[in-house]
Amino acid sequence: MADGMINLTIDGAPVSVPPGTLVIEAAKQAGVLVPHYCYHPGLPVAGVCRMCLVEVEKAPKLQIACATTVTEGMVVKTQTAQAKDARQSVLEFLLINHPLDCPICDQAGECELQDFVFQEGQARTRYAEFAKRFNPVEDFGPDVLYVPNRCILCTRCVRFMEDVAKEPVLNVSERGDRAFIGIHPEARLDHPWAGNVVDLCPVGSLLSKDFLHKARAWELDKTASICTGCSQGCNITLDTRDEVVVRVRPRPNLEVNRYFICDHGRMHYKWMNRGDRIEAPLVRAGAELKATDWDEALDRVAAILRGAEGRTAVALVSPGASSEALALAKRVFTGFAWTGAFQVVMGEEAPLTGVPDLALRAERAPNAKGAETLGYTRDYAQALAAAKSAAVVLVLDDPDCAVETNGTLIYLGTVLGVDAPCRRADVILPIANVAEEEGTFTNRDGRTQRYYQAKPAPGMAQPAAWVLGQLVAAMGLAEAQR
Amino acid sequence: MGYPHKPHPKETVVLSQHFGDVEARTHKGWVKRGGYEALAQALKLEPAAVTDVVKESGLRGRGGAGFPTGLKWSFMPKEKKRPHYLCVNADESEPGTFKDREIMRWTPHALLEGTAIAAHAIRAEVAYIYIRGEFTEPWTIIERALAEANAAGVFGTIKVYLHRGAGAYICGEETALMNSIEGKRGNPRIKPPFPAAAGLFGMPTTINNVETLAAVPHILTRGAAWYKGLCLSNPKSTGTKLFSVCGNVQRPGNYEVTMGFPLKDLLYDMCGGPPAGRTLKACIPGGSSVPILTREETEACLLDYEGVVEKGSMLGSGGVIVFDDSADMVYQIMRLARFYAHESCAQCTQCREGTAWTTKIMERILAGQGKTKDLDLLLDLSENMTGKTICVLSDSCAAPVVSGIKKFRGEFEAYLAGKRPVPVMVS
Repeated sequence: MADGMINLTIDGAPVSVPPGTLVIEAAKQAGVLVPHYCYHPGLPVAGVCRMCLVEVEKAPKLQIACATTVTEGMVVKTQTAQAKDARQSVLEFLLINHPLDCPICDQAGECELQDFVFQEGQARTRYAEFAKRFNPVEDFGPDVLYVPNRCILCTRCVRFMEDVAKEPVLNVSERGDRAFIGIHPEARLDHPWAGNVVDLCPVGSLLSKDFLHKARAWELDKTASICTGCSQGCNITLDTRDEVVVRVRPRPNLEVNRYFICDHGRMHYKWMNRGDRIEAPLVRAGAELKATDWDEALDRVAAILRGAEGRTAVALVSPGASSEALALAKRVFTGFAWTGAFQVVMGEEAPLTGVPDLALRAERAPNAKGAETLGYTRDYAQALAAAKSAAVVLVLDDPDCAVETNGTLIYLGTVLGVDAPCRRADVILPIANVAEEEGTFTNRDGRTQRYYQAKPAPGMAQPAAWVLGQLVAAMGLAEAQR
Repeated sequence: MGYPHKPHPKETVVLSQHFGDVEARTHKGWVKRGGYEALAQALKLEPAAVTDVVKESGLRGRGGAGFPTGLKWSFMPKEKKRPHYLCVNADESEPGTFKDREIMRWTPHALLEGTAIAAHAIRAEVAYIYIRGEFTEPWTIIERALAEANAAGVFGTIKVYLHRGAGAYICGEETALMNSIEGKRGNPRIKPPFPAAAGLFGMPTTINNVETLAAVPHILTRGAAWYKGLCLSNPKSTGTKLFSVCGNVQRPGNYEVTMGFPLKDLLYDMCGGPPAGRTLKACIPGGSSVPILTREETEACLLDYEGVVEKGSMLGSGGVIVFDDSADMVYQIMRLARFYAHESCAQCTQCREGTAWTTKIMERILAGQGKTKDLDLLLDLSENMTGKTICVLSDSCAAPVVSGIKKFRGEFEAYLAGKRPVPVMVS
């Protein structure tokens, strides 16, 4: 065991943790999840739900695992009759005012109250014949509803707004069993990171209006992904139901976004479900664009590239494309006088004050750093100018690109507007969006992170990296061919 | 003096000597009565030496917990690296307790002198006196006395602030009181850290009750040995204590007796016993938070920390609530439970939900709609509410319920059997 570590036993399992570790965290290392509500690793300890009561040898009474620091030789028991009884009684107390409206509650299926009651609670209540506390639903902010009847007063939301967002607009109002989460009368829960209170809420008390009654938790498929809302690279989960992305939630990564994502990122998914997609490869036949199969389309592009080899080529790419696609969009022009450029939409920076180095970044693209590393420049205007006289111009997933060229235009994209300049392309190839492919992005700090496919691409669309890979192979430029 | 009554010969008058004496309220009057001599004496001593005297005297906290005062002072860091704070707990809110109010009303300078000595002993540069919001008269008197004391240079470089509570019972809990002074919601804090390590504004803090501090000057002038000698029973409980007697007695009021004094004598001799034609039924000896004693237990009880524990209750704050045979114990216990349900800060689940649930069951029993299982349910809830929360408010609600059911089960069962008329004042 390492020096300076504290050794203790949790339910018979020895663990070794750094000094200052809380029992509840040490227990996780022993494979024991101590039931809890108010505790959250991303928030200051409150110690109020009293759910994580465990027995600590030599302590005169039960201790809360979330506020007890480990000591050398400590023996913790989470499954003694006394500890289980105490937790069962907390569940009984929590349920007396909690409406059992799980059938209409969005949280059902991912509700910590439901989970722990099933795990440790009892089937019946002794709180018979009394009415439950009632308070009407409140509109807290642009995307947050508060259902006070379901609230268990864990205060995670209050602590998030106060200590993490540093905009203390929520509080506990009233006392005793009349207590509820209150909002400042002149304030709205409209902080750019406020949506996290919905994730933090262990029950269905704080709800996202966007997700309201959209799907049941158990119907959702969850896919690890990376947020494309800015260059921060927050780790997210894409929740899909029947191949539609219905929700974005943060995926913990202590190095990047801890447990949080901003509201911009949370709402930055609807375009992933767009219906007006390019679904088949299109090749130019005179004034018309004709739908065709991949073989013909790829042959056409390969012929164009072969015919123009050694001349100038310009790649105008989206900084939201995967690094794999970007690398191939450069390699396919081996032997050309190549210029690659991208442009980034800028917005307002919105930091999460309580977490260092975490903000909604002004640069609203996930892979600008990756593009830069691969040799693409930010000088988009110059590249656009160069495109005019270039022999071949490739536009990668930039539907609004104002390209003009006397050469051949190849467009790889997901969508294309009626009046988009890329309509003039000689070949249009349908590609998958971020939810439909696997790839990597490099965030602003140079961290390369992988995202996975959450749903199938429509029609014949393929990941850009596949399409460009086919072309690279056709040109004899693949790694194995060199 | 058993203010508002004349002192009884069996009283040991120390703190209450000048109760009723208007002149003692002024700085001049207080000095004339030997006031501020103790402070002068204390300032000549090293802080640690003052602490030692108090330790030696055996003085224990008069707010309820009975923690040795000198020991508490000695927990403050030996090496002073950060500001030290003294908090004076004058948020006397425990139902049945009204001793600190009289100390502040009649002898404000006794409190201020004790405060100055304690601040010296713990090397605090700032002291806060947290006064219960409803105490308008004591507030005015203390405010005037503080102005006089400041004008007379009593506190030297120590800054004293008066802080007014806003009506929450829980703000009498020491850590909730600190939160309240800091401008936060008055919620008790998790301990550890204890106040001596991280208290008010995160700095080392000592918090003492009014009566505790008012006793300190006497200890310094008359000596620890004298104070220690004030003991009629267990040597661990020394000095005098003010008892606020209320309820069904002929002469309710504050009475000061030596530790170990028989509760029976207090109630019968000093307070005149129950009203004519009535007999004693029960007594809560230490404020509403402690278990109820039966008549037999009451009459055999000695008033010191150990003596009351021996009879199954606690000395607490010294608020003695007396019930005669006309009292409806079920109703009384419901009133207590309702009080705690109203005052729960809502942090801990057991307290927030348990106090309210207990009250609802008690109200149901009183309304004649109780269930046979209700008594077992109440006992079980009380068990679940005891020893599991941040502070002891939850335990305080459980204590009278458990002792009430155990000792007066017959009254509860009469309600359950429908043999009692429904009282008028139910809700």
